[in-house]
Parts: sequence; C-alpha cells; structure tokens
Amino acid sequence: MNIRDFMKDNFIVLDGGMGTLLQEAGLKPGELPERWNVTHPEEIVRIQRNYFDAGSNVVLANTFGANGLKFDDDELEKLIRAAIGNAVKAKEESSGTQEKFVALDIGPLGKLLKPYGDYEFEDAVAMYAKTVRFGVKAGADLIFIETMNDSLDTKAALLAAKENSGLPVFVSNAYGSDGKLMTGASPAAMVAMLEGMHADAVGANCSLGPEQLTDVIEEYLKYASVPVLLKPNAGLPRSENGKTVYDVMPAEFGEAVGKLLKKGVRLAGGCCGTTPEFIKAVRAEADRLTPVPVTPKNLSVVSSYTHAVVFGEKPVLIGERINPTGKKRFQQALRENDIDYILGEGLKQQDAGVDILDVNVGLPEIDEPKMLESVTKELQAVSDLPLQIDTTDTAAMEAALRCYNGKAMVNSVNGKDEVMEAVFPLVQKYGGFVVALTLDEGGIPKSVEGRLAVAKKIIAKAAEYGIGKKDLIFDPLAMTISADTTAAKVTMQSVAAIKNELGVNTSLGVSNVSFGLPERNIVTATFFALCLEEGLSAAIMNPYSAEMMDVYYAFKALHNMDENCMDYIGYASKKPKMQAVSVAGGTGASANESAGSGQDKAGGLKGANLTPLQNAIVRGLKEKSATLTKEQLKDTEPLKLIQEDVIPALNIVGEDFEAKRAFLPQLLMAAEAAKAAFEEVKKKMAEEDTKTHPEGMPFIIATVHGDIHDIGKNIVKLIMENYGFAVTDLGKDVPAEEIVEATIREHAPLVGLSALMTTTVPAMEETIKLMREKAPWAKVCVGGAVLTKEYADLIGADMYCKDAMETVRYAKELEASFNKE
Amino acid sequence: METFFNEFLSGTDAGNELSVVRYKEYAPMPVNFREMMRYAGVYPAPYADRPDDYPEELRAEADKAIRLLEGQTSFRVGYCPMVLKWDEEGYPVLPFKQHSDNLKKNLHDCEAVVLFAATIGAGTDRLIHRYEKTEPGMGLLLQALGAERAESLCNLFCTEVKAISEKYGYTTHPRFSPGFGDLPITVQPEFLQFLDASRRLGITLTESYLMSPSKSVTAVIGIEKM
Repeated sequence: MNIRDFMKDNFIVLDGGMGTLLQEAGLKPGELPERWNVTHPEEIVRIQRNYFDAGSNVVLANTFGANGLKFDDDELEKLIRAAIGNAVKAKEESSGTQEKFVALDIGPLGKLLKPYGDYEFEDAVAMYAKTVRFGVKAGADLIFIETMNDSLDTKAALLAAKENSGLPVFVSNAYGSDGKLMTGASPAAMVAMLEGMHADAVGANCSLGPEQLTDVIEEYLKYASVPVLLKPNAGLPRSENGKTVYDVMPAEFGEAVGKLLKKGVRLAGGCCGTTPEFIKAVRAEADRLTPVPVTPKNLSVVSSYTHAVVFGEKPVLIGERINPTGKKRFQQALRENDIDYILGEGLKQQDAGVDILDVNVGLPEIDEPKMLESVTKELQAVSDLPLQIDTTDTAAMEAALRCYNGKAMVNSVNGKDEVMEAVFPLVQKYGGFVVALTLDEGGIPKSVEGRLAVAKKIIAKAAEYGIGKKDLIFDPLAMTISADTTAAKVTMQSVAAIKNELGVNTSLGVSNVSFGLPERNIVTATFFALCLEEGLSAAIMNPYSAEMMDVYYAFKALHNMDENCMDYIGYASKKPKMQAVSVAGGTGASANESAGSGQDKAGGLKGANLTPLQNAIVRGLKEKSATLTKEQLKDTEPLKLIQEDVIPALNIVGEDFEAKRAFLPQLLMAAEAAKAAFEEVKKKMAEEDTKTHPEGMPFIIATVHGDIHDIGKNIVKLIMENYGFAVTDLGKDVPAEEIVEATIREHAPLVGLSALMTTTVPAMEETIKLMREKAPWAKVCVGGAVLTKEYADLIGADMYCKDAMETVRYAKELEASFNKE
Repeated sequence: METFFNEFLSGTDAGNELSVVRYKEYAPMPVNFREMMRYAGVYPAPYADRPDDYPEELRAEADKAIRLLEGQTSFRVGYCPMVLKWDEEGYPVLPFKQHSDNLKKNLHDCEAVVLFAATIGAGTDRLIHRYEKTEPGMGLLLQALGAERAESLCNLFCTEVKAISEKYGYTTHPRFSPGFGDLPITVQPEFLQFLDASRRLGITLTESYLMSPSKSVTAVIGIEKM
C-alpha cells in the first residue's frame, strides 16, 4: 500500500532513537554513523528490525548525516544504497504484520545559511538534492526531513525533495525550550511555510520530551491542515554512573504520547534516548485509540522566519513605503544600489507599527529580478516582518519567492488569464498568500457585480492550481474620488460583497482614493475607517500618517479587538511625547542648555562654542540632529551646513577619539548623527534635483573572501561617507575578482580591504596581487584586528590604517592629487 | 563531573571509556558592564569604574543594548571530561589531531582534561545583523555585549569545573582554545563533531572555520593534581 493512502485512515507509528543504540553497539564519539551502513550492516539491520518488530510503520534509514559535505559522491551513493538496503532487509526479516515503509532520513547539513552563516541557500538546495536523488534511486518509500533547527535550511531541504522526487515528504523541526527554532521560528510560521510547499506531514522531534513538547504540538494542531507528527526524546538527559540516561520510562512515554494522539497527532515515534521498548508503548496506544480526522483549518496566513500573521482576525497593516513610485529619494537609492536606505525605510515602518512590508523595487533602468532578490534577503536579515512581494515581473517574483524565508504575500494577480497562468504556478511551488485585483482584460468593472464576477473567475482558476480561497485576498481597487465621486462608494460596497458572498479576505491600497485632493490624509483615513467597517481585512498604507494610525487603533478598540484597550492606550501615550520632541528639537534652545553638562561627562569633548547641530552630532543624538538639520535647511544652503556644522563636529569627535578622550561607540554614535543630518540634506536635494555632493572621490571597501566579520569595515564605511567620499560597499566575504571589477567600474583611486583573521590574510594578499595586475592605478589600504604595519607591507598593501580616522586622512591626501588630475 | 572524578579516582577507567559528552543550560548571569565597554573599545577609559561614571548618551545606548538582548540568549554548554594520555612524541592525545607546543605546555602535568563548547545562541547574531548596517553604534555595543556574555558563560563553567576538581584534590589550568598560539582553528571540525555540537548546541562552522552562532567558544581545560 502507498503510504499516502495508508495514512489517511491510520495512525503511523515511527521508529525511535538510533544514536544511543549505535553507541551501545560500539560507535565512538566523533565517528560518522553513516559509514556503519557498510562496515557494520548487521548491527544496523538488527536495530531496525527491532523497531519493525516493536510495531513501527516507518523506519528511517541510517542516513541522517549522509550528505555531500561529509562524503564524496561515490561514497555517498554507496552509503545511501547500503542504508536503504539495510532498512529494507530489516523490514523483510521482521515478524511484524503491520504496514511497513522505509524512509530516506535527511538531517541538517550542519552549515548555517546566510545571512547568519556563510552558506548559500542554493548551495544547500543542491547539496540536499544529491542525497534525495541517491535515496530515490535506492528505493526509499518516502523522505523524512528531521531535526532541522533553522527555517531557511528546512525550506532548502524540502525544495530539494520536491524538485527531485515525487515521494511523500514528512518534515520535522527541533524546537528549543522556548518553543522556537534556534533561528527564531514559531510552529505557526513553520506550518505556514511547509504547507505552502506541500509537505505531507509536519511536526517536531528531538530536543525535549513529550510533555515539554506539548505546547509546540498543540500549536501545530491548531494551524496545520496536514497530519501532525511527533518524535520526542525520552525526556531530558542526565548522567547516571557515567552514562547519559533519560528521565522518562517507556510506559510513561507511551502515556504522554497517547495524550497527544488523542488531541490529533497522527504520526508518532521517539528520538534520542528512545528504544524499541518505547515504540512498543506507542504502538499499544495507537492500537487502543481512534485517529482524530485531519481537518482543513482554512486559515489565511503569511509568515516571516519568526512568526505568522493571520488575516481576518484584526485589520492587518501593510506598509507601502518601499516603493519608488513618486519618490525621488527612493529612486536615487535604487539607482545607486543603496540598499541601506531601503532597509532604513523598512525598519522605520516596523517601528511605526505595520504588520507586513510591501516590497516594490521596480524601476525601468534597473535589473529588477536581481534587485528584488537582494532586497528580500537583506530585509529579512534585519526585519522579522513578513514581506509582500510586489512586482509585475514574474522572473523577479520567482527569484524573491524562492529565497524568501517563510510564506510570503504576493502582490499581485488579476483576472487576466495571462497573468494568472504566470503567477499561480509560482504560488503552487513556493507557497504564498496572493493579492488578487478585481480587474481583467476588460479593465476595472464599474459595478460591484462586475468586480464580484472577476473575483469568482480568479477563485476558479486558482483552484486548478490547488490554491484555495484561503490563500487569496481580494483587492477591489480604490480609485480617486477627484476623478469620479462615486468611485469610493463602489469600492466600499465591493469590499462588503466580496467578503460576505465569497467568504474571503479583502485588501486595499487605500491612499489612491485621495489622489489629486488637498490634505489627503483626512480623506484617506476616513475612507480607511469606512472600509474597515465594511469588513476590510488589510490595507496597504502609509504608517507615517498619524490620521491612519489614529483610525487603526481607535477601530480596534471600538470593535473589541483590543483587550482592555491596551494597544490604544500604549499608542496614545506615545503620541503627545512625539509631538513634544519635535517642538523642542525645532527650537534648538534645549540643546544649548544641556550642551555643557553632556560634554563634560563625555571626557574631553570640546564643549565651547558649539552650534546646536554640532552639539547634537558630538553627543550622538540622531533624531535631534535630523530635526535641527531640517529646520536649518529652510534658510541655509545645504553645502554651507555641511561645511560649517557637520564636518567640524565630526572633526571634534575624531580628534577626541585619537586622543582617547572619546571611544569607538561615541565615534560611531556621532557618525550616525551626522549621517542623519546628511540624509535630510540628500532628501532636500533629491527633491530639488540637485547633486548631493560635489562629486566625491570613489572609494571601494570590502571584507575579503572567507571572512564574515564586517563591523570594522562598516565603521570605516560610515566615517568615509561622512567625509563625503563616494563609497561603494561590496559587503563581506567578497572574492578578489569582484573587488577588482568594482574598482575598474568606478575607476576608484583607493580601495580599502578588511580582514579579522590570520587565515583570511592570504585572501587579502591575493586581492592586492590581482589589483596590481588589473587596476594598477588603485592604492590599497588595509585594516583589521590581525594586521600590523609589517604585515601590511609584507602582503604589498600601500597603507596600513589602524582605524577609520587614519583611513580618512590617507584618503584626503589621495583626494588632493585626485582633484588635481 | 562528579561521576567522572569518582570513577577516575577509583581506577575504574580503562582507556577513554569515561568520555561521555554531557550538555547543560545556564540561567542568564549579570552583565559585567566594564567588560562590555572594554570589548566596545572604551579602553583605557578615564571613567571606567561605575556605570554611572560613563557619559550619559553612551550609558543610555549600552542600556538599550542590554535590554534588546534580554530573552534573546540561551546559555548552553556541551562538555566531556576525559583521562589525558600522551603520544610517543610527548603531545597530548585528544579527539582532534594536533601537534601544538603551546597546548602541550598548557596541559603540562595534567592527568585529565575537560573539552567543552559553549554558546549563547543565535539570537545575538540576529540582533547584531538587525543593527550593524543601519545603526553601527548599536551594532558595536551588541557585539561587545555578546562577547561579554560568551566570556561570562565560559568563566562560570570553568569556575564550576575548578570547584569540583578542588573537592577531589585537583586544580585546573587556564582554558585553551583553538586559535590560541600554535593550535590552529582547523581542528574545529573534529572538536565540534566530537561534542556533537551541531546537533546538540546548534554550533556550525563556516568554510573558514568560524563558528556560528558567532558568540560561541570551544576550549580545553587541563586538570592537575594539587
């Protein structure tokens, strides 16, 4: 019988621990257990036969660590073939009369993926794919991905399984005592992602005993529409007479697992510390109980790498600010590949209280697939909010969905066949929650009925791809009332009709409604309130609009969605303070008053005769620096402000830093405050379409290949930017070729290389060699913890800079001659 | 550890049969503010003793870093006490191959060692990522705090090992890590594999042998008769 059919009506009893039993059989710590498939097949077969005899329906082949990182291809294929062969032999020899299956076991590669580690997502997919292909070839009945402690790594393994086999795939994660994966994911987030990608069963194994895993499993049962699996440890380990023993006994274990079977778990076995005795106990429970049917939960969910956001309970806010449309400063950032600016926009919106970030980086002159992929990755490295991938370019959409860590929101499809046929296959493969616009080949229907009809058409088409209503959210399109004063009413009625008649979620880009009108926020916020009252589930909106946020918090409080009005009270208590700060900052008076005391404490920072802006920068006060700059830009030339306030303030901190009167954190805080001032200047100049700086000297900076430390590099970058250099930051772990390429492209007279470890200094030397050959005009300065002047000379660098200020000084010298040329 | 000493001293040891790897988790320990500041580069500070002596803005940022990290750490250690043997060339026999004169010197006169790996978890790295690009000052303070946390965890563990050793008439040597002196970090794969650190502690290695989570430590503690 096929396991997919068998599991429909039956419990599946899994196997128990392998590691402990192998150690008892003589496996030494540090020895690779997979080799035992070939060297000690009789031991493997014996253990697995015992599990089948004890009543296991599924036994995992001894392939947990069988991957291309540990074994070369030939050995890997041999070990996997032997492992599956051993398990099949155990199955054939077993006296058990139950249905029996053999699973290819896949554990983590033991590499942490970017951005926290150095391993590429696609490399992980390729590595898992090898194991999958050998396992399929060897005749596994299913694939069991287990003990995964990182969500992106789990996605890589599942993607590899799906792309390289048609076998059923069970996916199990290892949770810590905080109920989260090591890299932060909650069970709800994992369910959202794994179901979206069509895992056949999901659940938890290892780390904890059945009692301690109860909360995790209950969350799985709440969210999952596929069978839930459980493979706990035999409690917690402790040592007894020099041996590791676990604190739960087989009978107790069976009882605890039985409780969870009653709650709805459909597949159960054991992990570390469990033996065939434990599995017998689980088998007894399974024989005694009736399986609880697996029901569709019909939840509309998106997830990030940490948490899930559910639609339909409370209004969901989607921040619209990552979008170049009509924003000159944002367009400039995209053209200059200034990802940090985009990240800043994301984080600001998160602070303002949005639940999801819309990400649109479409600009005719840029490579959108590449940019969208890189912004998706970078945003997920700094923000734990789910993202809404917003593009009409399906190549860009696929690039982003593939690397996305979680289940993304997809913006958008519409009723056009061509669009649905391009977008739905991507959602089918990678999972997603899709915004569906109620327009089609005939344009936007004028009537409510017309929009309803398009929505129905989209639901039918999505079903052909196995995408249910719960994964669609309808946008009946808000249009400006300045062109047609009936527009808003039709939209509001459409929201109600689509929600009530079709039983689906709705979303709107609310800001459009006020286009062309004065004081737009008033109209937009009122429209938002009215739509919410009609049942709108989500809005793509501007979270910096106080009116919008007012409506959001008041609506939740009025609709019993805010227990004891706590959210509202929290919001209200911040409001007057925010206004007060901006007033105080605007006058500059308070800055002067506190100037003296702040600086005295800061050691030697010169207190005398600073302007308020200088004072804010010296003390590292970002917000005050931005507010003061904004004020002063009203009647001061931007360049004058930079020359007379910002640069002198930076020089003061720089001098104090070199004299050890101020230290690195203060230097950085001041640099950030100066950057906040620059950002105001840039904004103003982008609006006026003038160039930001007189063209600064290009400077390339990177941490060399093999090294993932970049704090030193980031410091130098920030300070160099402050001093007006045109900095291109290539990031960390950068190959020599890439650094040289950028140097040629920018025709940079100076390149800064950073390395923290002795082991990566050779990569630095290599980069310098290649630089001499391909870009002989460029000077190279080096820095980093292990470097010294002597070392720098040895590897052929032009200059050793012990800190950021020294890099500035050296760059200034070069700049003088650069300008002469 | 107690079990180890009991069996070790009663002579039940045959070879390295006593080498069982164990794991434990600690509750957060108080932050050593001065150490944190030292890691952040505030050194030698003219106002180094009490936190209150630090400039107000710096103090506020550091407090924010400490608040941000609250609840984002888990202090875990995997360790294995073992009887120390020496090879014919006089180098210590350990689960990782090496010919380190510095380690040999460090373990001089030792009868046993404890190998351990300690980590404060991946939460710190997540926070550092979040801040180091957009707010490098906060990124630096979080780096410094993470370093202080990892160091405090190691100190706590080593103090425990020392206390138990002393109960049995032994004392401990300063811990010695791959990367110190002539002990290369290329021993890390074997070291971590021996402790099953990837599976049990979530510690993995990059291509250039760096540990992630980055705030992790591996080390050997020598145990000598008093």
